[in-house]
Amino acid sequence: MIMKRLLFPIALIVILVGVQLVCRWTGTLYYLTQMTMSAYYSLVVIGLCVVMGYAGQISLGHAGFFAIGGYLAAALTTRNLLAFQNTFLVKALGSAGLLASGQDIYGANTLVVTPWAACISAVVIAALIAFLIGIPVLKLKGHYLAMATLGFGIIIYRLVLASTYFGGADGISGVSSFQLLPGLTVSGESSARVQNYYIAWGLVCTGMFLLGNLINSRVGRALRAIHGSEKAAESIGVDIARYKLYSFVLSAVFAAVAGVFLTHYNGSIGPSEASVMKSIRYVAIVAVGGMSHLWGALFMSVILNFLSLRGVFGTYDDAVFGAILILIMLFAPEGILKINLGAKFRAVFSRREE
Amino acid sequence: MKFFGMKMIVAVSLACMLAVPGAWAKTIKLGAVLAVTGGASFLGGPEARTLEMLVAEQNAKGGIKGDKIEMIIKDTAGSPEKAVSFAKQLIEEDHVVAIIGPSTSGETMALKKIAENAKTPLVSCAAAEVIINPVAKYVFKTPQNDSFAAERIFQEMNKMKISKVAVLSGNTGFGHAGKGQLEKYAPKFGIKIVENEVYDKAATDLSAVIAKIKANPEVQAVINWSIVPAQAIVAKNMRQAGWNVPLFQSHGYGNIKYVQAGGVASNGIIFPAGRLLVADMLPDSNPQKALLVKYVKDYEGKYKETASTFGGHAYDAFKILVKAIEMVGPNRDKIPGAIEHIKNFPGTGGVFNFSPENHNGLSIDAFEMMTVKDGKFVPYTK
Amino acid sequence: MTFELFIQYLFAGITYGSIYAIVAIGFNIIYNTTGIINFAQGEFVMLGGMISISFLAFMPLPLAILLAVIITMVAGALIEIIFIRWLEAPSVLRMIIITIGISILIREAALFIWGESVRSLPYFIGNEITTIGIFGARISPQVLWVIGSCCVMVLILNLFFRTTSVGREMRACAANRKAAILCGINTRNMVTLSFVLSAGMGAIAGCMMSPITYSQYDIGTGLAIKGFTVAILGGLGNSGGAVAAGLLLGLIEAFSVSVVPLAFQDAISISILLLILFVRPHGLFGSKEAAGLKAF
Repeated sequence: MIMKRLLFPIALIVILVGVQLVCRWTGTLYYLTQMTMSAYYSLVVIGLCVVMGYAGQISLGHAGFFAIGGYLAAALTTRNLLAFQNTFLVKALGSAGLLASGQDIYGANTLVVTPWAACISAVVIAALIAFLIGIPVLKLKGHYLAMATLGFGIIIYRLVLASTYFGGADGISGVSSFQLLPGLTVSGESSARVQNYYIAWGLVCTGMFLLGNLINSRVGRALRAIHGSEKAAESIGVDIARYKLYSFVLSAVFAAVAGVFLTHYNGSIGPSEASVMKSIRYVAIVAVGGMSHLWGALFMSVILNFLSLRGVFGTYDDAVFGAILILIMLFAPEGILKINLGAKFRAVFSRREE
Repeated sequence: MKFFGMKMIVAVSLACMLAVPGAWAKTIKLGAVLAVTGGASFLGGPEARTLEMLVAEQNAKGGIKGDKIEMIIKDTAGSPEKAVSFAKQLIEEDHVVAIIGPSTSGETMALKKIAENAKTPLVSCAAAEVIINPVAKYVFKTPQNDSFAAERIFQEMNKMKISKVAVLSGNTGFGHAGKGQLEKYAPKFGIKIVENEVYDKAATDLSAVIAKIKANPEVQAVINWSIVPAQAIVAKNMRQAGWNVPLFQSHGYGNIKYVQAGGVASNGIIFPAGRLLVADMLPDSNPQKALLVKYVKDYEGKYKETASTFGGHAYDAFKILVKAIEMVGPNRDKIPGAIEHIKNFPGTGGVFNFSPENHNGLSIDAFEMMTVKDGKFVPYTK
Repeated sequence: MTFELFIQYLFAGITYGSIYAIVAIGFNIIYNTTGIINFAQGEFVMLGGMISISFLAFMPLPLAILLAVIITMVAGALIEIIFIRWLEAPSVLRMIIITIGISILIREAALFIWGESVRSLPYFIGNEITTIGIFGARISPQVLWVIGSCCVMVLILNLFFRTTSVGREMRACAANRKAAILCGINTRNMVTLSFVLSAGMGAIAGCMMSPITYSQYDIGTGLAIKGFTVAILGGLGNSGGAVAAGLLLGLIEAFSVSVVPLAFQDAISISILLLILFVRPHGLFGSKEAAGLKAF
């Protein structure tokens, strides 16, 4: 049992290190760039997998949480507070050590929030929004739930598109790198490539660890019970609303963290990160990987994002995801990796066929 | 879509060259990161097609000093994150000598620092001033500054004794930038913006907002700063409402298709644009005329669609890079210096005069004021 | 606000309201018969416009429109047969994802066939600037075509469902699938027919509105979202409600221009959607029982 559970994580770490070493030896370290970006997108996917696969809640707006994280981090670390430096709030932030001085592209002095402070605020705000939105939204079911999450995603998109603070249609660029610890920095420079590869995948591994534990814990069983049948779960005393909300907020946190880190890595973010197509892509990947197979979702996410970011699908990127959606849903609704070690184990908890 | 054909042709010809013993020619790799599909496809599509056409033409002439060109075009669909990923790919994997593009300002700004850090020349087809101000050694742009367009419009208004205007703009980066320039320069020309509305780029009917601003009796002219299809919709809705005040558009009106879309309503629109649109009407002494006429003829012949000023930005980027490479060879570090020495270089957007401080090279007379008469573009004379 | 301005807003609102109502009725027809919400509904509208424009090069306008509508209806039938017909009791999530996938494929196919350019049918009467004066406001005759065709479609649909035997069979199917099967109604064909009808209605709306709003490969998504909003606002499955809700949303959007900056117009319809979903998901005119999701 323990061996089975450890098998995948160990395999993952071995593969990750192996990929990096192979790239180093063959001089193809540039692949790590797309691997790093895929890692961050996968963070969103695995969070969404828990919400959709285990708790059974459709979310067509998850790109919104990624955008909240990314945009807040970008805006806070680039928007100049110098004009407000005499206000109470700014002074308080300054004395708490949350502000940093710098220079903007024109050489003028700036006062911005430090990346750590921005990161934490972005994630906290995303979690808060998920909590507030989640309460009414998760009461809905089926199409209504899908519609409501779609609507949420669109509102975030419209918000960042319309607002000058968030850069409008051009987005925010010139985002600085994020020093996590002395010697560990999230940045897009090619000298820091290997470091960032491990930072990104380190986050994903941590995420998988957390979610893996969650799924096998009491909360996870409650979630699967809810997915199986809400009424039955209710009848055995599972607090449905609380668990649905919990998984929703958790997935929002994952998405927001991914947003913050990828924004610092890329040095920029644009409204396309909040678009409906992005949300649909996340859903497509979760569906392909197997609705409730965390490892399946991770695997497919890496493959599909990697190929997409390298432009392998060319102009037909969206069409590929659309085709994948249809094919998987028609022929393999349980995901492409039906040959899953845990499948038999989970067969006890039957899928709901409405 | 169509540009995969280019890669095939180049790949096959490369293979053939290598197969022939003693085929010594190296290839010069150039990259292009363009928004061929998606919201900015009216920019990226013509730009990609122009590049394919020019590369084929240049290679037929023997390439650059005997070395053939390989152009790798990547479609970002307008997403900055894809632009970042593709740019890094082109720089680190394909080792391109220079990158042309991106098509939009948002994507360009996402790449500015990356190109600078990687010491790879980037010649952008996007218009925002912030791309070249502050100047980054490796980053250039070919489109004219939005500020010139705004200034030309206001100059014209001064001549027409118009002092109070309504501004309509789309919520794209282009619309936003234009709105900013209009607001900035209006006071300098003594013009007051009395109505200022932003609409969604996908808006299909603007009759409600037109009715609203028409109800303001102070409005003497309307400036619309947007991309298609809003340009035609504004024209239609205004004329349908029986409102005949002058309508000014931005240089985003650079394709005769937009005139056709607006039909009869398009007549009388006044706007600044590159001279490509009135190529055959230019005097023969104009340094741009010959290349413009040729470009329009080749493009329309090959792709069966009307040529636009947008494709011209890629034309200029390519020709400038070719000239720089002819001067100093395919050397990433030397190309920026070479470009900075290019003076009096006629292109589709205007006559370029680069310098270490000016990485755009165009001035306000790169624009010509034009109007629509009987469904055609004609130079505007008043 | 002057009377003239009021009329201007009114007509703008009614025009858009009718288009949204048609899309919503399309949803309702399919939803009633199958329990599926067809995310690809907006694409039918897009197809109607784009196909008719392509045909216009070879034939007169009425024929081009007719052919476009027929082809779109065939497309609707094909979609149902290829993707939906043989599914065995799929879950809601699965259906949603499939229809989203279908809408993406249709959109990408449209991009491939027609490119990214914006095009339109010519105005049916007059040209881009002819207008009729109505109570002092200047309205393009095309607007009357849009409103008129929507009214006619709603009336014909009503008659169809009420008087023809096929229509009654569809209603039976909607009311209770199993009972309908027991009565010997071929429910599988009813499902196909519902797709055909929705596609046809969408296509007609697409052709009518093309001169005003232009057709482009990606107009389907936005329309679908507005269509849902209206369908849910009026109560899922309730076509009369859809008409009322459509007009309501159209009018709200049009009149909002006078109080709120135009940039927020889209956000208004989304906010209304969220509000309705949170407060009263069965819509203004729907009943709680009818809102219980139907099984496929």
